[in-house]
Amino acid sequence: MIGISRTKLFALQALVAAVALLIWHVGSTVPIGGTYLLPKFFFSTPGDVIARIWKLFAGGQIWKHLSITLTETVLAFLIGSVGGVLFGFWFARKPIVAAVFDPYVKMANALPRVVLAPIFMLWLGLGIWSKVALGVTLVFFIVFFNVYQGVKEVSSVVLANARLMGMNERQLFRHVYWPSALSWMFSSLHTSVGFALVGAVVGEYLGSAAGLGYLIHEAEGVFDVTGVFAGMVILAAFVLFIDWLVTLIENRLLVWRPQPASHA
Amino acid sequence: MVVLRVIERDAPGAKPPAVALDAVSIAYGGGAQPVYEAVAPTTLRVAESEFVAIVGPTGCGKSTLLNAAAGLLKPASGAVSIFGEPLSGLNGKAGYLFQQDALMPWKTALENVAIALEVGGMASAEARKQAKAWLARVGLSAFADRYPHQLSGGQRKRVGLAQVLIRDPKILLMDEPFGPLDAQTRQIMGTLLLDLWATDRKAVLFVTHDLEEAIALADRVVIMSCGPKARIIGDHAIDLPRPRDVAEVRLDPRFHTLHRAIWSELRDEVTKAYGAAT
Repeated sequence: MIGISRTKLFALQALVAAVALLIWHVGSTVPIGGTYLLPKFFFSTPGDVIARIWKLFAGGQIWKHLSITLTETVLAFLIGSVGGVLFGFWFARKPIVAAVFDPYVKMANALPRVVLAPIFMLWLGLGIWSKVALGVTLVFFIVFFNVYQGVKEVSSVVLANARLMGMNERQLFRHVYWPSALSWMFSSLHTSVGFALVGAVVGEYLGSAAGLGYLIHEAEGVFDVTGVFAGMVILAAFVLFIDWLVTLIENRLLVWRPQPASHA
Repeated sequence: MVVLRVIERDAPGAKPPAVALDAVSIAYGGGAQPVYEAVAPTTLRVAESEFVAIVGPTGCGKSTLLNAAAGLLKPASGAVSIFGEPLSGLNGKAGYLFQQDALMPWKTALENVAIALEVGGMASAEARKQAKAWLARVGLSAFADRYPHQLSGGQRKRVGLAQVLIRDPKILLMDEPFGPLDAQTRQIMGTLLLDLWATDRKAVLFVTHDLEEAIALADRVVIMSCGPKARIIGDHAIDLPRPRDVAEVRLDPRFHTLHRAIWSELRDEVTKAYGAAT
């Protein structure tokens, strides 16, 4: 693949982490000429952060935050995807609708979503739904544009062949448009799941009573840098876990797709 | 349709041709753009059980004639009739084999063939059974569960052929179907096509730029001039005996005589097309 064995690759990857942790550890605990390179107050120490993570999991309170964030992410992803698929199909099949709404879609997509957070909090309260709404506005546009493209870019030859086979509109939808749109949607699955999570965490950060974003915000409020770093590490691990789940789903659903050249 | 023209020049009682293009012309553009007349009014008939090949330089409107016969393209003037009936919309009696890949990449070889029957309302189990039999006929039994990207170019063409033939169309329209394949695979595919065709002798309209392929396969070779305003400039009966082996028929002295006669006509057009393109 890239010329080295899996074990060697893993060893090198682990080495990068070890070096980074070592620099962090030395910088924050060993004084050089009387001063710390990475003062504890601003950077905490790797030992403290690990201890804090351990405490969070051992105490059990982390599971509540994780499940809240996961729920928000999943809901934002599902609602955003369903909306994106419906509108993507509608716009692609009805060029007039697409032309009429074009400037508004562009405008809505150009808007930085963070500014919507206060509005959603006013409308939907501090519970999970204001975070879900924020995630939906992010996921919707990704899925929408991909489905729109997927339906638009169906190979004209495949389409002509299917029509000559005698397919009616319903069959064309099922056997041609839908699989094509789905493949485009799945190619953006990692991005859209990631954005669902961003929406959830940013929403929590801006105002909530639970979730990983809340955890980090709370720690920041009392200058608890160890808590902020612990939250970040848990968040990163959580993202990797979700990304791994998405890859599993993707591999199952897109068996027909040729592997990209770099993986072959 | 305001003007209905009845064009029936065949002798009364005679069977109508499978495909009749009567003074069909094809044009693009119009409106703000200048009209580009790709094909000048052209008349071409394909009788039942007749294998007709259209030969001409690349990019000369051969495929557009085929698309008119398939109903994919509306002629600017003239009439298309299929078994004597004027064609409106898509040609349901025809199977079309495209030059490019037309298989659905998200379906396996078996599913791609079976779907051709399923769209007509056949139960999935029965359609799959027949599709399996067809994959066997094109020599792909072992590849039924492969996706198109896992098949070679020649194998994809075989699946395409099975997908078209399983519906038992009365007419076969083929647009340089073996164009992208290498020379050996083309000959193997040609022989396979003739073997399958021999069982029920459908009417075939076969477009190619390869004169040798045309002579080896067809009953009649039609030469088209180079566009714009492409037209038919030659029509040759090929009296080579059948069954033919596409590779071996090329060694036949009669093949050479025919080839020389047709090539002398075609050469000028190819030179012209080449000159126009460069």
